[in-house]
Amino acid sequence: MDLIRKMENVSVLGAAGKMGSGILVLLSFEMAKLKLGKKEDKEFVLNAIDVSQSALTNLLAYVKSQLLKHAEKNIVELRTWYQDREDLIDNEEIINQFADDVMAMIQTSTRIETAYDSQLIFEAIKEDKALKVKLFSQIKQNNPNAWFLTNTSSIPIGGIEKEAGLTGDIIGYHFYNPPVIQKLLEIIKTDNTSDDLAAFSVSLAKSMRKIVVQSRDVAGFIGNGHFMRDALYALNLAEELAKTEGWAKAFFLVDTISRDLLVRPMGIFQLLDYVGIDVTRFILDSMQPSFPNESLSHTALNKMLDNEVKGGQFADGSQKDGIFKYQKGRIKEVYDIELGKYSKTENVEMDCAAFMGELPILKVYWKSVVRDPNKADHLQKFFNELHQLDSVGANLAIAYGENSKAIGQMLVDTKVAESKEDVNTVLETGFFHAYGPINDYF
Amino acid sequence: MKALRKKIYMTAGYNTISMGTGRNEFHPKKPRPGLEDYIKEAGQSTLKMIGGAVNVDEGVIGNFMASRFNNQANLPAFLPMIDAGLKYKPAVSVEGACASGGLALTTGIKSILADTADVVLALGFEVQNTMKAMYGADVLAGAGWQKTRKEGHAYFFPGVFSERAGVYYEKFGRETTRKAMAKWYCNAIENARLCETAQEFHNTNKNLEGTANTPVNPRAFVENLNYFDCSKVSDGASAIAIVSEEGLKKIGLEVKDAVEIVGFAHVAADITQKPENMTSLSTMKVAAEKAMLMAGITIDQLGTVEVHDCFSIAGIMALEAIGFAEEGKGAEFVLAGHTARCGKIPVNTTGGLIGWGHPTGATGVHQAVTIWEQLTGKAGKAQIEITKEKPYAMSVNMGGDDKSLVAIVYKRGE
Repeated sequence: MDLIRKMENVSVLGAAGKMGSGILVLLSFEMAKLKLGKKEDKEFVLNAIDVSQSALTNLLAYVKSQLLKHAEKNIVELRTWYQDREDLIDNEEIINQFADDVMAMIQTSTRIETAYDSQLIFEAIKEDKALKVKLFSQIKQNNPNAWFLTNTSSIPIGGIEKEAGLTGDIIGYHFYNPPVIQKLLEIIKTDNTSDDLAAFSVSLAKSMRKIVVQSRDVAGFIGNGHFMRDALYALNLAEELAKTEGWAKAFFLVDTISRDLLVRPMGIFQLLDYVGIDVTRFILDSMQPSFPNESLSHTALNKMLDNEVKGGQFADGSQKDGIFKYQKGRIKEVYDIELGKYSKTENVEMDCAAFMGELPILKVYWKSVVRDPNKADHLQKFFNELHQLDSVGANLAIAYGENSKAIGQMLVDTKVAESKEDVNTVLETGFFHAYGPINDYF
Repeated sequence: MKALRKKIYMTAGYNTISMGTGRNEFHPKKPRPGLEDYIKEAGQSTLKMIGGAVNVDEGVIGNFMASRFNNQANLPAFLPMIDAGLKYKPAVSVEGACASGGLALTTGIKSILADTADVVLALGFEVQNTMKAMYGADVLAGAGWQKTRKEGHAYFFPGVFSERAGVYYEKFGRETTRKAMAKWYCNAIENARLCETAQEFHNTNKNLEGTANTPVNPRAFVENLNYFDCSKVSDGASAIAIVSEEGLKKIGLEVKDAVEIVGFAHVAADITQKPENMTSLSTMKVAAEKAMLMAGITIDQLGTVEVHDCFSIAGIMALEAIGFAEEGKGAEFVLAGHTARCGKIPVNTTGGLIGWGHPTGATGVHQAVTIWEQLTGKAGKAQIEITKEKPYAMSVNMGGDDKSLVAIVYKRGE
């Protein structure tokens, strides 16, 4: 199989989006390796396709900034790539030339027809199965040899394959946000995915220096399979607590417990805000048909969306108002679904602390343990202490941790994940957890 | 020159903080003081100690690359910015890469010798955190011959000294040398922790040795050095007054609070030529010999030295060039503890370039200030004991790869 031929003309659908732009940048690095590093005497084209022309213009500025960063970091190697260019002497000249050379391979387009010339189609449009099927089948009819790599995080790929008539030519290629930085890549084969495509996908991922975890083609895969159920558990718990404490306190309590007592990088509701309440519901909706015996929805999400409480991020990466309002990334206000308004967290903080009761004296924070070589020891001591307490907070935390573990185990039992290590890798790398859900702490 | 034909003193030294990574105040993305601030702080502090600008006859500013780091030239005209009283007085700027500070000192010394001045304000500065390291490397590469830039490493000077380190390893043993380089780093940080203006003053790393032994990463950096073998990127300025006997009276400072310059040497070698011997800093050797010859002292009379450890391997090779150890024995000399602050010859007592910092154009002046502090008992927590048997001190300041050298021998005024 000629990998280089496959890389000669590549399209990214939804290239101006958060995920698409990152995938485009990663692919541009790969093309640069071939064209500039290995001096392949071919024309390489990377099509950035999106519906919005203005978004594509902004995209180019983003790509340029990423190329410069990449070049700065890899200047030692780049100097060897440009060894024969006697006119390029300073690092700065080489870095700028690299960015120009790579930018010259990128073409923007708002027309899907552009993808008819591509051997590889990377897709990162919104999570809308019908739309994906429509675009894929249109491309396939005009470009029968194309391979499709979809970034869907939740829609079963076999279904898309069947409806779009792509037999064997599609694979799940699920990056984590932001793709340029996040190391994890979930690869999902359908029952038919060709061996060539599967092998290509893995070797490309390796070249991109990603950590690959293979997931079975079950809606949500491993990452969202755990995250969505974890979030639903948290919403149910909050709903229960809201009955006596009100929603503001309930949200704040569960978020605090999931962050501080489970030693996670952020609380579960802050994570929902980060992902977006709307995106969360979208993912749940797309997973639901595959799990008829499970209820993958929550009235709290619907109520918030009805009230325009959406979360997600602005273009500059700052957080929009969601379950919480933020100032410089810190939680300042919390939403009350019943009252339909936000209240200051300082008004609920004391009450929440009193409600939780006794907490471990030993303080272990995610930030301080996550890179500590003695991480396991610290966590063990912390969770031991948590188990010995009989406070409301400790009990809720333990139940939360046990549920998270059960979700992880279910993913292994139903063969979505090949092993518990794979589940833990996804949570540790994709979600930055300090420890995997399948552990002996709970 | 056999001996100086008149007495020359240095006094009223001042160092700003060496600002850069490692200092708690340093934030790469926030606005920082500019070169004006550094020049003013150092210059005004020295002026304050010497009775004001009225006592100054002329000024010398040492700087390497303000032209590229700050897009600024015509540096002599910054002297009157320090104090309106310096307006219309002679000012000059001198450049010799990282020896620019040392050249500022020798230029001032020569003005005193020439009887054209009794009090010279000598100042060195560099503000180089204005660009990221890989672009700064382009600028600093100017200390080498531009025609060798293309074949050189992305990080040009680390590349030059990495190559020297590689040959040194091969010739004299990798293991011992690496150990000595690590020890050099540990000494530098430990000394810097005693000096409030040092870039590594806030360093609280409990495992210095582990850090010093970080494996090399040629993919991202050079072949034979890790980041801790290198001095950091620094912003800073240093100032000192160079005075005649008359000048000392004029500024009203006591002779015991000054250091006497008893010998100096200023030596240049051809920048277009490769080193004849990769494991020897031959030009530095000449400079150190000449300075000691003029001072009429032997190496055993030195109580402390400030050497130009832009890289740990350069520090070790400097010990050999000065004559503390034979060629190839510098590593063992360091490992024996001789360069520690309580050792045979305390070296770089406030951390040197690796520990205190390396604002390139300021470094030569910083070395003189440190020695002035040590010999006059003003070094605070970093103070070492200066004995009657070893009353002398020496600074050796190097520009480029052993190309522009300044060595100065000092003793306390009496």
